[in-house]
Amino acid sequence: MDFAFTDEQQMLQDAARGFFARHAPPGAARARLTDAAGYDPATWRALLEMGWLGLDLPEAAGGLGLGLVEMAIIVEQAGESLCPLPFLASAGLAARAVLATAEADRARQLLAPILSGEIIATLRRDGGGFRLDGAAGFVPFGHVADMLFIAARDSDDPSALCLLRLAPDAPGLTIDRPVQMDLLRPEAQLRFDAVAVPPAAVLGAGPGVAAALRRVIDRATILTAAEQVGGAQRCLDLSLDHARQRIAFGRPIGSFQAIKHRLADMAMQVETARSAAYYAACLAQEGDDRALAYAATMAKVHGSDAFSQCAGDTIQIHGGIGFTWEHDAHLLFKQAHSASRLFGSSDAACQRMADLMELA
Amino acid sequence: MRLGASPADDAFRAELASWLAAQLDGRFARLRQPDFNRNEFALLRAWERALGEAGYGCIAWPAAVGGRDASLTQRVIFAEEWARAGLTPRPNHIGIELLGATLLAHGSDDQKARFLPPLAAGAEFWAQGFSEPNAGSDLSNIQTRARLDGDAWVLDGQKVWTSWAHNADWMFVLARTTPGSRGAKGLSFLLVPMRQPGVIIRPIRQMTGDEEFNEIFLDGARTDAANIVGAPGDGWAVAMATLTFERGVSTLGLQTRYRRELDQLIAAAKANGRARDPLLRHRLARAEIGLSVMRANCLRMLANIDRGTPGREGAVNKLYYGSWHQRFGELVMDVLGRAAEIAPGPDYAYQGLPKIFLQSRADTIYAGTNEIQRNIIAERWLGLPREPRG
Repeated sequence: MDFAFTDEQQMLQDAARGFFARHAPPGAARARLTDAAGYDPATWRALLEMGWLGLDLPEAAGGLGLGLVEMAIIVEQAGESLCPLPFLASAGLAARAVLATAEADRARQLLAPILSGEIIATLRRDGGGFRLDGAAGFVPFGHVADMLFIAARDSDDPSALCLLRLAPDAPGLTIDRPVQMDLLRPEAQLRFDAVAVPPAAVLGAGPGVAAALRRVIDRATILTAAEQVGGAQRCLDLSLDHARQRIAFGRPIGSFQAIKHRLADMAMQVETARSAAYYAACLAQEGDDRALAYAATMAKVHGSDAFSQCAGDTIQIHGGIGFTWEHDAHLLFKQAHSASRLFGSSDAACQRMADLMELA
Repeated sequence: MRLGASPADDAFRAELASWLAAQLDGRFARLRQPDFNRNEFALLRAWERALGEAGYGCIAWPAAVGGRDASLTQRVIFAEEWARAGLTPRPNHIGIELLGATLLAHGSDDQKARFLPPLAAGAEFWAQGFSEPNAGSDLSNIQTRARLDGDAWVLDGQKVWTSWAHNADWMFVLARTTPGSRGAKGLSFLLVPMRQPGVIIRPIRQMTGDEEFNEIFLDGARTDAANIVGAPGDGWAVAMATLTFERGVSTLGLQTRYRRELDQLIAAAKANGRARDPLLRHRLARAEIGLSVMRANCLRMLANIDRGTPGREGAVNKLYYGSWHQRFGELVMDVLGRAAEIAPGPDYAYQGLPKIFLQSRADTIYAGTNEIQRNIIAERWLGLPREPRG
């Protein structure tokens, strides 16, 4: 056991920190609030050039053969710099779903354009049948996706799932991107009206698909926990700067226990959430399905608590300025909320944990 | 970054588990009976000696002073197997984890040679003499005085909240050696034998009903002039190192104990049907998550200390676990219901889970209150300005 970064992981973290400092310096997120894509294509291309999109995919599938810890390192830094990218959608979800369900040659063929970043792919568990009817809400970066992967329920066997590939211009498919409370996590609302799905577009079907997709979602949940760590860290750093600089009653407000104790509690949440996210990434890599489910649940619930508390406290510590549109505090507050709902709420996660604990 | 154990670690675990099982089925079976009382000290002393003879006294220490140079993984394994065996915390925790670690870092070669081997062998038990009636959170307000008289330090003053002092052979004492000094300056870290006329021990009854801690009156107590750790006047820095061990590395055993407590509560909830209550199910799941987070943070803290790069994760450890355990104590009472309020016998002597509800009120006080922990995190680790002090 060695629960610390290897030299290579440390180098990757340094590289990721440098990357986001260059491409998403403080204030850069402002431009994302109003643009249609919701991400910066130049930053996306630069990230592809770093080779990070296939970080955790096997080398045989065109990836770098690294693991979830390395993925978490990238996502944490992206979260800290408030840099929205379709990284989790393409690399964390779609690519893993293809890998988990499609037959090997087919997977390689489908993964190539995802890994090269030519296409942005995204996954959502929802829908119903091979003639697809229904809706899929909150599809991350679905509005800019070149390829959509839909986990649909098999109408012949409602307990089974299958993974379908859809082009965004498929007849009967409508893709909306409504204004969302969190402007930095674009998610599309999909509607399917008798969308025809040819057999070739069915990647995986059968009893193993649901479990395979569950694993994909659990891995992505752990990455979300890493993103939450980054966001919470940013909250702490902004609040510390303010508490050191803001003078009230003739002293920096950070000298008052009412403020410094709140900051200490934030630091406790950030650090324990960081420990939990990387512990979960290790458990996910080394353990079985139950360990993966346990790890994802643990890291995400605590990550949600940490980020939400830190984001709320950031507004409180900043006072009036923290409530303005021009300050980043509200962006973090809204990110904290949307992150807490990704892949299910904390309440639902606790139910799952209770099931894993066999509480009955 | 990996969590898995090597074959050598697995072998260590197997060897330790079988040794513990043999001891606890045999001569030391009493140690894990539910009504075992930690005041049965003769047995605990024998147990510590048995651990020492088997080479399990202080596994993390260098072999030269009685340890076995155990890796971090092996220390984790030791703590896990200890808890799994159903054992209560090490009776000489203060000696092994606090004084031992302090001497390894700051002791002279002579002090290491004199004091560490008896600790590893289970031969000498220690108490911690820091707090005083007017020096708790404001620890640097120490009033106990020590002066050199020929080849001995002579101590006068009063210590309080001194756990297990009535069973200790030695006590490490923070005392003022520079007359007229104030605050953190002028303090020294002295090692004082307990069994002498100048040391008077009076037990204090706690809210649990136990008499685990004491007040101590030092009235001309003497110790050899060589029994000072660090230079005269440098005691504060040494004491801070001790407290860092107390709040950090030494707590590995705690979270394995909490693991066992939570497992017991889960079993109880399943047995009494409250595991089906949606609200309690939720709170038990939250407790499980909180404990798992604690384990993760503890492992990260230890890994970084091992590498010589301790970080904020260690600084927040005490605040996190104390708060978790206190909430756990409340959950215990809700899961067990009013039955938990009935004492197991004619005495006010609660054991097991219900006792945690009472005992855990101390978790946010000892080794620095939550408020002091927050000051330390904020001022030392986050670089915030100090509060004005009188």
